[in-house]
Amino acid sequence: MITWLGFAWTVFAAATVAALSTTLRFMFPNVLFEPKTSFKIGSPDTYELGKVDTRWEDKYGVWIIRSPEGIYALSTVCTHLGCKPSWMDSEQKFKCPCHGSGFYKSGINFEGPAPRPLERFSISLADDGQILVDKSKKFQYEKGEWSNPLSLLAV
Amino acid sequence: MIEVFKEAVNQFSSPVAIFTTGILLLALFVALPALMTSPLVAGAIGLLTVAFFIFGYFDPHFGEMVARPDNIPIVGLIFIFGFFTWYAMRKAVLNDALIAAGKPPKEKEESEEKVMVFPYLIYIEFVVALLYAAGLVFWSLLIKAPLEDPANPALSPNPSKAPWYFLGLQEMLVYFDPWLAGVLFPTIIIVGLCAIPYIDNDPKTSGYYCFRQRRWGITAFLGGFWLLWILLILMGTFLRGPNWNFFGPFEEWNLHKVVPLVNVNLSEYFYLKWLGIGLPKNWFLRELPGFTGLAAYFWVIPTLLEKTVFKKLQERMGTARYHILILLALLMLALPIKMYLRWAFNLKYLVAIPEFFFNI
Repeated sequence: MITWLGFAWTVFAAATVAALSTTLRFMFPNVLFEPKTSFKIGSPDTYELGKVDTRWEDKYGVWIIRSPEGIYALSTVCTHLGCKPSWMDSEQKFKCPCHGSGFYKSGINFEGPAPRPLERFSISLADDGQILVDKSKKFQYEKGEWSNPLSLLAV
Repeated sequence: MIEVFKEAVNQFSSPVAIFTTGILLLALFVALPALMTSPLVAGAIGLLTVAFFIFGYFDPHFGEMVARPDNIPIVGLIFIFGFFTWYAMRKAVLNDALIAAGKPPKEKEESEEKVMVFPYLIYIEFVVALLYAAGLVFWSLLIKAPLEDPANPALSPNPSKAPWYFLGLQEMLVYFDPWLAGVLFPTIIIVGLCAIPYIDNDPKTSGYYCFRQRRWGITAFLGGFWLLWILLILMGTFLRGPNWNFFGPFEEWNLHKVVPLVNVNLSEYFYLKWLGIGLPKNWFLRELPGFTGLAAYFWVIPTLLEKTVFKKLQERMGTARYHILILLALLMLALPIKMYLRWAFNLKYLVAIPEFFFNI
């Protein structure tokens, strides 16, 4: 025997399940933005000595810097809360717009609240002479990982 | 003349100067509540604030900040909160005078009847909620919502500002690690506010406004609310500019303003500057000075106070309630203490263990 109250509860439960299922649908987006973790960025000659190259910051989220020791790829994610700092050429530093953290060209943090340096990504030379950056391998200074040969491409 | 005044205001505007002025004003307010809430003084303060905003409105930079749709609620809250703080304090001061003269408080004269929260209070609140909803509808019709482009992880606007009600938290994040300022402190603020009726369950002053019998409670509340929340929101709204640098109210936002903010951890002060030896390799040894300081702050201070000045308080409240109260008070004070340490000594973190992202 179906009572009105039982019917009402059934409708309520069905509506709740339907609403929750549409929420679950959001977990599976139609378009997924997943940039490739490893990519080639041209030959080392195209990077000027002492310059911070911001060509790839929007596409891949890396800064490429050529220092006298070699070329390294810095992550564009601030180590404080994950905003994207901007390279300020006249001040020669990365400066975060969210809480004012500052980083040297090397990635070392020196001002503001950032507790640790920017991360570096694996960088090597591909067979065709182009630079190959692999974002799936990262190197953290505070763990002593910047001495890893993959973190710096000697040229 | 106007330029000289603006320049003076800009020169004065630094986080430390503004925060210290706030503390002094609050101290004056709670030390001389009768004078500060008198119609003459309170009216003068209100009029001066209005005059400042009208004057500032004609400044190209400040005028744009004040008129920005994002910032309208913040200009409003200065006056709304200012008015209600004055209103409650004025009633308290008048009652204090009555009680001092041996008379019952004003509220007792008005009615001695006890009424229930439901429906009497809820009804009033419901009507107010309706009025507010209607007001919001008109507001949204008058002013376009300040929406921006779709979010892009590769692009952080400069400055990147949180919604106005979170700007206090964003300001705290300048001085603290994200998990403290973004997770632990907000939780403790909410839990701590919920705990107030259980910490102070003394019914002696319920039912009427008063200040003298509730001096410490009201002072702590005003300090936490006005200095650690509202003032931080105001600073974040009007005075933080590109690269989260601090700007005067009449100062153009220069992207390349250079402010020396080089910060030093306590361990570096201790081992490099004072002892003149290198940093120890072991992280525990390296951060021992910070751990010691924190232990002294959170353990020695409450124990000492318990034995001396707060002996009576501890007996009245019981051990558990006393320690919760002191812990909350110390946590609340930790925020301005850390801010002053940063301003005075460029101290970055007391305990900094980047090895596993633990910084205090």
